[in-house]
Amino acid sequence: MNKYVERLYNGIIKENPTLILMLGMCPTLAVSTRAMNGIGMGLSTTVVLVLSNLVISLLRKVIPDDVRLPSYIVIVASLVTVTELLIKAYLPSVYDALGIYIPLIVVNCIILGRAEAYANKNEPGLAVMDGLGMGIGFTLALTVAGLIREFLGNGSAFGYQVLPESVEPIAIFVKAPGAFLVIAFIIMIQNAIGIKTRQKQLVENCDGCCATCAAGAACNKPEKEAEK
Amino acid sequence: MTNLIMIILTTALINNVVLNQFLGICSFLGVSKSMKASASLGVAVIFVMTIASAVASILYDNVLAPLNLDYMKTIVFILIIAALVQIVEMFLKKKAPAIYKALGIYLPLITTNCAVLGVALTNVQDGYGFGESVFAGFGTAVGYTIAIVLLAGIRSRIKEEDLPRPLRGAPIVLISAALMSIAFMGFSGLSL
Repeated sequence: MNKYVERLYNGIIKENPTLILMLGMCPTLAVSTRAMNGIGMGLSTTVVLVLSNLVISLLRKVIPDDVRLPSYIVIVASLVTVTELLIKAYLPSVYDALGIYIPLIVVNCIILGRAEAYANKNEPGLAVMDGLGMGIGFTLALTVAGLIREFLGNGSAFGYQVLPESVEPIAIFVKAPGAFLVIAFIIMIQNAIGIKTRQKQLVENCDGCCATCAAGAACNKPEKEAEK
Repeated sequence: MTNLIMIILTTALINNVVLNQFLGICSFLGVSKSMKASASLGVAVIFVMTIASAVASILYDNVLAPLNLDYMKTIVFILIIAALVQIVEMFLKKKAPAIYKALGIYLPLITTNCAVLGVALTNVQDGYGFGESVFAGFGTAVGYTIAIVLLAGIRSRIKEEDLPRPLRGAPIVLISAALMSIAFMGFSGLSL
């Protein structure tokens, strides 16, 4: 397989950031109320991810190792601000639906994670494909979760009513608890059919959030020090 | 005064930061494994979030707003929070070694906690002044602490149970969080 295509496959299937690596749980839980919100959030994140991987890969020989994390944060924050302003100007309905979660793309660990794990070690072409694959994988996962929640909680799919009016939807699924439940069931099914995920890390040492970024070291410190 | 108390109640219980807004999920799920760690992290979050809300509010009202630099707020806030955590850490290390020993290891963790940035941005969005921002930051952090300590308590009981294999690990923790979230929905009737 061509190594560029391999990157896409890796991001979408093999190392899907949400379903396998369990990264970026905050936006996954928060914006999956509707399938369209999932697509909106996923594509916004993809744009930021592709551009940040490109910029960081281009600057990988320029940024000193000691200050790389603050540099990445500034690059990502700038890209997020640009994306936010573009969405506000051209897609106001998406902006209203996603609200505070658009600026919070800055702290989405998928982005810093890919910068640290891939973009700062590889050439720009590959880094872009990696960002694209991860972004599409994230978008698909969010859309699927959104579709499940929208169908169960609202009886619709992508905004179109699917269930007849006489069937009462289970409203809890579009409210906050439904987010936890749907993700729990998805992981449970993956466990049952034997798909290997990093679900253990998610609930044991917050690796799910920042394993790949340097902050991961800080994350695991409390546990290690507590054991002493 | 009632206004400020209402802000604390709203941010801590009615609109709980973790169970209702899904901010800070990673540390909520990751650290709740141990009760002691959860309580210490909670205290550290209260500390940092209150200060961060105050500093972000001062900076926004006096620098960003007058200069029409509203669009710079994401970049400015994330840098302030990162710098602030460093300063707090250095200050505590020097001036209050006892507190540093208890909280120090949790401080770097908080920089990556999206709840802190989320609160700073929400305060600006809601048009809160200085006092309101500080109370909102404090209330949110209290809500975070309540949620993580409660989940740690539940998890210490779950650990003893013999669960079906697919449920072990993340699924049962997420289901516990869902049940807590349902319980917290009861507070939404509390709008005074």
